[in-house]
Amino acid sequence: MAAPMLRGVSPVRRWSLAWVDGGSRHRRTSPNGSTSNRIREQSSVAQQPLHTAQKPRKGGHKWAAVVGLEIHAQISSNSKLFSGSQVSFTAPPNSLVSFFDASLPGTLPVLNRRCVEAAVMTGLALNCRINKKSLFDRKHYFYADLPAGYQITQQRLPIAANGSLSYGVFVGNRWSHMATKTVRIKQIQLEQDSGKSLHDDLRSQTLIDLNRAGVGLLEVVMEPDLSCGEEAAAVVKELQLILQALGTSQANMAEGQLRVDANISVHHPGEPLGIRTEVKNLNSIRFLARAIDHEIQRQINELESGGEILNETRSFDPKLGCTVPMRDKEGKQDYRFMPEPNLPPLVLYDTASLPAGADSQQVINIDQIRDALPELPSATRKRLVQQYGMLPEHSFALLNEAGLLQFFQNVMKETRAEPKKVTSWVLNTLLGYLKHHNLAVSESPITPSALAGLLDLLDSKAISSSAAKQVFEELWKGEAKTAAQIVSEKQLELMQDQEALERLCQSMMEGHPQVVTVAGGAGPSHLSS
Amino acid sequence: MAARAVWLAFRGGLGRRQAFSTKANVQVKARVAERTSPVTHALRFIPQGSGRITVEVIEHLERLALVDFGSREAVARLEKAVAFADRLREVDTDGVEPMESVLEDRCLYLRSDNVAEGNCAEELLQNSHRVMEEYFVAPPGNISLPKLVNKNPSYTAKW
Repeated sequence: MAAPMLRGVSPVRRWSLAWVDGGSRHRRTSPNGSTSNRIREQSSVAQQPLHTAQKPRKGGHKWAAVVGLEIHAQISSNSKLFSGSQVSFTAPPNSLVSFFDASLPGTLPVLNRRCVEAAVMTGLALNCRINKKSLFDRKHYFYADLPAGYQITQQRLPIAANGSLSYGVFVGNRWSHMATKTVRIKQIQLEQDSGKSLHDDLRSQTLIDLNRAGVGLLEVVMEPDLSCGEEAAAVVKELQLILQALGTSQANMAEGQLRVDANISVHHPGEPLGIRTEVKNLNSIRFLARAIDHEIQRQINELESGGEILNETRSFDPKLGCTVPMRDKEGKQDYRFMPEPNLPPLVLYDTASLPAGADSQQVINIDQIRDALPELPSATRKRLVQQYGMLPEHSFALLNEAGLLQFFQNVMKETRAEPKKVTSWVLNTLLGYLKHHNLAVSESPITPSALAGLLDLLDSKAISSSAAKQVFEELWKGEAKTAAQIVSEKQLELMQDQEALERLCQSMMEGHPQVVTVAGGAGPSHLSS
Repeated sequence: MAARAVWLAFRGGLGRRQAFSTKANVQVKARVAERTSPVTHALRFIPQGSGRITVEVIEHLERLALVDFGSREAVARLEKAVAFADRLREVDTDGVEPMESVLEDRCLYLRSDNVAEGNCAEELLQNSHRVMEEYFVAPPGNISLPKLVNKNPSYTAKW
């Protein structure tokens, strides 16, 4: 990942306080990026001065970008948040819908225990304060895929708040040096997902499938502490790993289990924050980084050519590689929040406050959940570094690829080779081949045992490293031969017989006396040729 | 009208958080309910004869709630309802925690994570005016606002 290519921004993030000179740019302040309050003010577009985009003056205007993320993660549970219908990605349309999900009159929400536990686990993993009492609210808006006309969420008092997430970024242009940064988590709340709408432009209608309506979501709202697409990508990746390690969400962006919206604005350091835009439709981590960087650049271009940024929602078009304004989302959105009248407050306990004789099915003990938390990615990486002495960058690489860590550990179990060697072969050779052939680790034609066998041969100096590469290529064909078999078939063994080697060298030297003279003059270091 | 005058005098006598003059044309600003919950906008009462709730507010509400304040009577009824509810402000609630809901002393029941419902697509689709191959059919995109005002009755009829 290269350093962000922001025009006018120095790669090392030290801001010189160069003020914007000249030009009476009408700068409007707006609340900073966090968008728990979604009231949008449409800023009127000022008269645009009649000149084309100017090139930025050298060493002059420095821009700082402010990026805040809102992430929705689908909770991995059997049934939905407030009803007993199944949660499944593929099923016939409207077959996983209960009367409550279709918001038929007379139905009431009943909270799913598993979803609350998932929220508490996630809150603890993100260092949040778990609110022992949290409240549910209704957020009203009209859309065809929201049958009730409102979404049950937790706006006033969410289940967890004030946390942090640490992530690693490559520093500057050196791909081998990682630094740790932190982003603050504003809050985590439980909310309902809406149904799916499929737009049928041919017949000018929309088809609604409510299978997804009512599925539990964890909304993670972050403070706008990020400054570029690379950081946002790292944050989302880390959150993905955490959620997957906890088992609270499968966090697969392609399947819509993890949805990210980014709020982006630019400003000159020292000046008030600029107007922000919201970017949606980010379906993969790569698009996320590209979209954010593109939007930052677009805003800089717009402002430098004297234009204004509208407070709007934009969608990322992967084909065009740019953000485009979204279909109208009705400028002013007033969600008319009100307390959910059908749900009492959600009360959580810890060991100290647990009421005696309480039904264990009906109470949730935060301490119990904390004790049962699995190992988080950051702890795993630390353990890898300590146990195997590998570089932090390598620990990140091992965890970032699904299944790679398991593969590595399986190889380690079966081989005598040094961890450093194993790491190198797994991260460079194996991963290189996988990427080149666009395969997942689970689809690798080389099994951990096969690789372990190969590394053993290398370790015992039975073959050279170049021969090992050849063996690897053979193994890649996946013909169920072991490394040892391939070596003997292709006669790739290093010659071990000392005498035979001496005779070979002698005959070589006798055959080429000129080379020997030259080499003899130059010194022993040239003998390898 | 007499009742209203009495009401105003009552409030003046109690002299609570809202200070106001005893003039006839009083502009009483209803405070946004900060301490209680973020319920709705502040409504501006302008007791100057015609509407106390402005046209902008009515239009805004019509868009948000998709209701049709068709007549003056409807608006007047709304004003009366707001005034009636406003009497709650006369109670001194300094230092008292707001109530979240009448259920706040109840225990929130936690359901275990089992699949117990669903598989009734046929029944649900019967409720819909238009259906296509097990999908509900809705108008394209979202309900576009300018057409709303005219379409209100037919929209509610569809669902």
